[in-house]
Amino acid sequence: MADQITLEVARYRPGLDTEPVMQSYQVPLREHWAILDGLTYIKDHLDGTLSFRWSCRMGICGSCGMTVNGDPQLTCATFLTDYAPGPVRVEPLRNFPVVRDLVVDIGDFMEKLPTVKPWMIRDVDSPVEEGEYLQTPEELDEYKQFSMCINCMLCYSACPVYALDPSFVGPAAIALAQRYNLDSRDEGAADRDDVLTSPEGIWACTFVGECSAACPKDVDPAAAIQRYKLTAATQAVKNFLLPRGAR
Amino acid sequence: MSLYHRPIPIFWWLERRSYLVFVLRELSSVFIAWFVVYLLLLINAVSGGSAEYERFLDRSGHWWVVAINVIALLFVLLHSVTWFGLAPKAIVVRMRGRRVPPRLVAVAHYAAWLVLSAVVAWVILR
Amino acid sequence: MTTRRPPAPEPFLWLLFSAGGMIAALFVPVLLFLFGVAFPLDWLTPPDHAHLLAVLRNPITRLVLFGLCALALFHWAHRFRYTLYDGLQLKRFSVPIILFCYGGAVVGSIISAYLLLRV
Ligand code: SF4
Ligand code: FES
Repeated sequence: MADQITLEVARYRPGLDTEPVMQSYQVPLREHWAILDGLTYIKDHLDGTLSFRWSCRMGICGSCGMTVNGDPQLTCATFLTDYAPGPVRVEPLRNFPVVRDLVVDIGDFMEKLPTVKPWMIRDVDSPVEEGEYLQTPEELDEYKQFSMCINCMLCYSACPVYALDPSFVGPAAIALAQRYNLDSRDEGAADRDDVLTSPEGIWACTFVGECSAACPKDVDPAAAIQRYKLTAATQAVKNFLLPRGAR
Repeated sequence: MSLYHRPIPIFWWLERRSYLVFVLRELSSVFIAWFVVYLLLLINAVSGGSAEYERFLDRSGHWWVVAINVIALLFVLLHSVTWFGLAPKAIVVRMRGRRVPPRLVAVAHYAAWLVLSAVVAWVILR
Repeated sequence: MTTRRPPAPEPFLWLLFSAGGMIAALFVPVLLFLFGVAFPLDWLTPPDHAHLLAVLRNPITRLVLFGLCALALFHWAHRFRYTLYDGLQLKRFSVPIILFCYGGAVVGSIISAYLLLRV
């Protein structure tokens, strides 16, 4: 195995560059080195001006998402050896404005997320003395998958519908709404419905399915969206056919 | 602060294989519409009498009609396979309170496809 | 459930699209294979006229075929609309696109009803 690999890294300096330019670096090709380790090596030894985000280095904080050889990836969970002999192209996540180098602005998602109210909603909160809201393992299974989201934005980066129309609420936000809709302790489905069934919500999705392919946590946001489409459509038919009281 | 926004090419779906497959899947609907037209022509010919029906059969043998139908058949198969692959994601089936594994739902779709195709073929060829 | 919005068309269009996608996926391949490929290429002998006429005069056949035609057309309308929106980035022309797609499906359904009743 060669002991070096080339990383082609997108550089963008706001105010100086009008668009990103690719810059090549040679980094050691070590077993167990993730792309992120390669970038850290560049920053420490070759070029201290390179900017990128990371935190946990163990696939749980969701901050190190980048486009690696065209695919959205968590760079701390993607290994250099899988790309040998290289070169490896590292670019910022697609579909988000680039702030600098590999750093993108995810403010759009941060604004959308609270609109789907991804927290427990109860009609009446029962007092603490009455104890926990109990849940069976089967009830947990209903939403567990959707609760695994780490907000890494790989799904938005993979989604052409979001690319074409940034007003789309998007995969992770809808999956997180479903995470609470399907929770037996939650009573807020009606509160989330308006945003989810707006034109920018589930109906904008054409089931490309790339969000689920990109997701590192097997959340399957595409399935969350389709399931809610079926729920919302069934509800619409009921509202249409049944008198108000019988719903 | 000047942010960089990556422009989206008109033919963005040529950039990734999976996007291309997606667009082809969506285009299968055009061939489904074509099939409806073709079916209506057949029905019209059958109700027009046996001479008319013979003429339809002759026309359907023209090389270009066959060519369109072969392409259409490929697209329709793409539709069926992708449809049965994706349907279990929207449809959650429960039996005795437990969720039926999506794999099984997909298998049920394929089984229904097989049975219905056999029935249709039997009715027509009987 | 609490809001009093007028019913939006999208859920109904989506249901028609889905029903059409399902019925098309189940029935179109075999029909297209027989009438579009196998009979024209003489792989199989086409049924004679009297037999097909009898099949088409059966009310169940007519019902199934009407469902197939109408739903498959709405399936096309919905998918094609979004293909034009996204694939060719024509969302700004959504009004004519909607009229063309769903209007086409409505007209096509009426024509298929007429042709099936006339058999
Ligand atoms: S759904 Fe998956 S890809 Fe999307 S933000 Fe959550 S973990 Fe990341
Ligand atoms: S650094 Fe936390 S997910 Fe990669």
